[in-house]
Amino acid sequence: MSTNYVELVDYDEAVAKYDPVLGIEVHVELGTKTKMFCGAGVEFGGEPNTQVTPVSLGLPGALPVVNGTAVEYAIRIGLALNCKIAETCRFARKNYFYPDVPKNFQTSQYDEPIAYDGYLDVELDDGEIFRVNIERAHMEEDAGKNTHVGGATGRIQGADHSLIDYNRAGIPLVEIVTRPIEGAGARAPEVARAYVQTLRDIFRALDVSEARMERGNVRADVNLSLRPSPEAPLGTRTETKNVNSFRSIERAVRYEVERQAAVLDAGEKVLQETRHWHEDNNTTSSGREKSDAEDYRYFPEPDLVPVAPSREWVEEIRAALPELPAVKRRRLIGEWGFTDVEMRDVINAGALEIIEETVAAGTSPAAARKWWMGELARNAKEQEIELAEVAVTPAQINELQSLIESKRINDKIGRQVLEAVLAGEGNPEEIVVKKGLEIVSDDGALLSVIDETLAAQPDIVEKVKSGNMGPIGAIIGAVMKATKGQADAGRVRELVLERIGA
Amino acid sequence: MTDIIRLSAAQLAEKLRAGELTSVQVTQAYLDRIAAVDESINSFIVVTAEDALATAAEVDRLRGEGAQLHPLAGVPIAIKDVVVTDGVQTTAGSKMLEGWIPPYDATLVEKIKEAKLPILGKTNMDEFAMGSSTEHSAYGKTLNPWDLDRIPGGSGGGSAAALAAFEAPLAIGTDTGGSIRQPGAVTGTVGVKPTYGSVSRYGLIAMASSLDQAGPVTRTVMDSALLHELIGGHDPKDSTSLPEPQTGYVAAAEQGATGDLKGVRVGIVKELSGEGYQDGVQDRFDESVELLRAAGAEIVEVSCPSFEHALAAYYLIMPAEASSNLAKFDGMRFGLRVEPSEGPVTAERVMAATRGAGFGDEVKRRIIIGTYALSSGYYDAYYGSAQKVRTLIQRDFNAAFEKADVLISPTAPTTAFKFGEKLDDPLAMYLNDVATIPANLAGVPGMSLPNGVSDDGMPVGFQILAPIREDARMYRIGAALEAALEKKWGGPILAQAPELEAK
Amino acid sequence: MSTISRDEVARVAALARIELRPEELDRLAGELEVIVNSVAQVNAVATPDVPATSHPIPMTNVFREDIPVAPLDRDKVLAAAPSAEDGKFMVPQILGEE
Repeated sequence: MSTNYVELVDYDEAVAKYDPVLGIEVHVELGTKTKMFCGAGVEFGGEPNTQVTPVSLGLPGALPVVNGTAVEYAIRIGLALNCKIAETCRFARKNYFYPDVPKNFQTSQYDEPIAYDGYLDVELDDGEIFRVNIERAHMEEDAGKNTHVGGATGRIQGADHSLIDYNRAGIPLVEIVTRPIEGAGARAPEVARAYVQTLRDIFRALDVSEARMERGNVRADVNLSLRPSPEAPLGTRTETKNVNSFRSIERAVRYEVERQAAVLDAGEKVLQETRHWHEDNNTTSSGREKSDAEDYRYFPEPDLVPVAPSREWVEEIRAALPELPAVKRRRLIGEWGFTDVEMRDVINAGALEIIEETVAAGTSPAAARKWWMGELARNAKEQEIELAEVAVTPAQINELQSLIESKRINDKIGRQVLEAVLAGEGNPEEIVVKKGLEIVSDDGALLSVIDETLAAQPDIVEKVKSGNMGPIGAIIGAVMKATKGQADAGRVRELVLERIGA
Repeated sequence: MTDIIRLSAAQLAEKLRAGELTSVQVTQAYLDRIAAVDESINSFIVVTAEDALATAAEVDRLRGEGAQLHPLAGVPIAIKDVVVTDGVQTTAGSKMLEGWIPPYDATLVEKIKEAKLPILGKTNMDEFAMGSSTEHSAYGKTLNPWDLDRIPGGSGGGSAAALAAFEAPLAIGTDTGGSIRQPGAVTGTVGVKPTYGSVSRYGLIAMASSLDQAGPVTRTVMDSALLHELIGGHDPKDSTSLPEPQTGYVAAAEQGATGDLKGVRVGIVKELSGEGYQDGVQDRFDESVELLRAAGAEIVEVSCPSFEHALAAYYLIMPAEASSNLAKFDGMRFGLRVEPSEGPVTAERVMAATRGAGFGDEVKRRIIIGTYALSSGYYDAYYGSAQKVRTLIQRDFNAAFEKADVLISPTAPTTAFKFGEKLDDPLAMYLNDVATIPANLAGVPGMSLPNGVSDDGMPVGFQILAPIREDARMYRIGAALEAALEKKWGGPILAQAPELEAK
Repeated sequence: MSTISRDEVARVAALARIELRPEELDRLAGELEVIVNSVAQVNAVATPDVPATSHPIPMTNVFREDIPVAPLDRDKVLAAAPSAEDGKFMVPQILGEE
């Protein structure tokens, strides 16, 4: 890890002077049951080297066979990204020696990707839509996992040896490559983040991957270059790897802009290289020099035959595509009557799905939003868990809301009931019944309490009678207290006024 | 009683079915023969006597119980050491894999085991199937039973010599540029390269993926037909394997043995004869053509001009694919690991040291050529161009097969040469394959059967090529020619071979 | 076509991760020169109008179902490894980062 002092230029200054151009490569692990070219299982966290066949271990004599489901998933992704799907495409060998690549070549796709020439409209935080052009999406396989042992920090430099687990070797990947992303200007970091987030949402919607960045299901490599103006030719780019979260993507782009601006300001040239992102101090550091002329000696994979998806099959897949997130959001905004800002907040809080489920259970969208973005969001934050992990179900929220709307309980009691549900005491209905929390709906019973209260507060009665509404709150409060809060405050007010005759 | 070991596989199968012989008897007879002569010829890298006898005993027991058995059950077989065998050392003739015990079986081995043929052992070969003389094996050379100073052919010299020396009645070979057919020709045995995809490649240590095929090595055409039907067939583990079942070869051989070839058009390939072909080889070929004519075949001449470039295309495509296929041999996961003698011990340096020490000269030569042919800036000129020549060769075959049902040529330009004669001149060595290579490039099936002895007393081979998926034609014409020849000779050709001194 | 110099052979050998002794480098440079020149003749006939063939038998869409199969026995596999530790393959330190 470099501890040299690195010059940075203030971000705003940097983007005022230079035009950033991005390039993003995203790898997504497909959620198939077996690997790309063999039937080994793919569960996360298995004992090392227990999910390998001769094929995924690269043993002599082994041969690959394509996972048909992986091909279907790749086509789904291509269609969702508005790509053309190849009439015929082939796999190719990318030859390079590295211990976690069992055959010392990766079976990938080179000049014949399965999908190409697409685009993705990305919605930024303020609602602006930015179009990212997609060059290609192709199929390939993942490598094994190295653990470095022996060095002081356990990192590669200084390590005595490495231990390799090939469980991940051969897992199906789709790599999505953008064309140079131009015109983002100062918003480049945000665009990068939003792009990867949008992709992630799409992968989940398509059901092609669990798409959890923290598990490495989705990986992003971010390329950045600066040029003096949009009309100038592209500058030298760096590639930053190891950006493991959306936030890191945004920060890494920002950092590289600042760093490269400083280099250019000093009259030096930006080195074309691979850099590594460091989560701990928000910097990138030099990796190995990246040469565009890496000699991978690509040639068509002779052990596999071409993949030629029929147009019928592609249309079948297209027809079966689920509603994509952006489309769904537009539809729900219309159906639910939320504003763009409200919807965005819901999305950012990760509450969309759970609100959907609650609405499906019968709750009004507004009420669902109120519960999940209010009380329950607070609860989740306190416990430091995801909203979806909060100890109450959409069905229960629906039941709770119904109890309130039917005036069997009021808001305050409702919150009490919710706490009880969260504590695991059961469903709202049963809690209300068990604890006798139903509000008094019988006017007669209320009236007797009201009469008692009024009798005890004659001076307030006089005040109200003479037109001063102020103290009426005290009467209502006293009635509520007397009924242990189990009264509809609105109805109490009505009855009190009636009684007073004001 | 004829020596058990001199019976053909078909004859052995018959006697086993009839109860005249037991599989243990037969297997023991071959094991004894191996013990007696293999020191002299070195066909086998490993002999698996215990396993073989166990299988033999099982077959005898099952037969006794009246179980349904495969026609070849109990007939022993040897397997070229390029085929992966679970629990049994597999070396591909290389130091790289000395002592390597695979954890799985090749598909063709699974079929052999299911049919219960006792496996005698693994046979010697040029390292990683690269060679035409078996001189490039890390386990010593194999000697030609006809003349111990001469090569048995390659890369499958071990299997062919084992057949010629009566150490086995059946063997498996692999053919990428002639490695079954050429050894067959120079040892007086039969060898078949099936249509590409006819036999599964799963478990064959790959040399050139688009050219490799496993096939039978036998003493008779019928035996090859029987073995081909056993090992052939669709394999879901091999994406390039043909979808249809591999049958009809035995029937074709039977039909051919009647000796009637009326209506069959046989094409002589102009480019595969003449200059470079030894007189004795050419003479035997011409005589065989007459025999076919006498059997009723119509003889025509065809021209395949692009065959002139076949050798060049092959020596670009094959090393390129091989260089990638052999990348996995790096000392990390299996096989040999060698540390650099000085300097830091890093993974990269261990890979390089291992490959430097574990690969022989010919393998290094081909990996370097192949890597060069694929490297950036050279791809189009070398690999890319060679793949185009392939198209031209296929077109020539297609055109030729319009005029003829099968094509014929001598299998190899010369008889077996002496050891060391071509070691210093790789190009001269490559010329051995000039007649066999076109078939691999196009994927068409080819057979070599012995058609006589040359002036130097060494056997000569006759090659029959058929269109893709028409392997049956080879068996028919081959069986017919074999019958005619054996009639002429008064017996099989190996009766003319010198007796090997038994130890 | 082109000359294969000793340096060129060294470059290619590095690409192929094969350590060659100096005398091997010399010998190979000579041999390869001859071989490469002889095969360069394919260029003459490999005109642009001729398509390349990478598979002798044209086939497409060979797929397998997404159904798990039994994995290899780890013990068997590691027993054949040059070096293993904790259920993993042990390899010397890796310098080049990826």
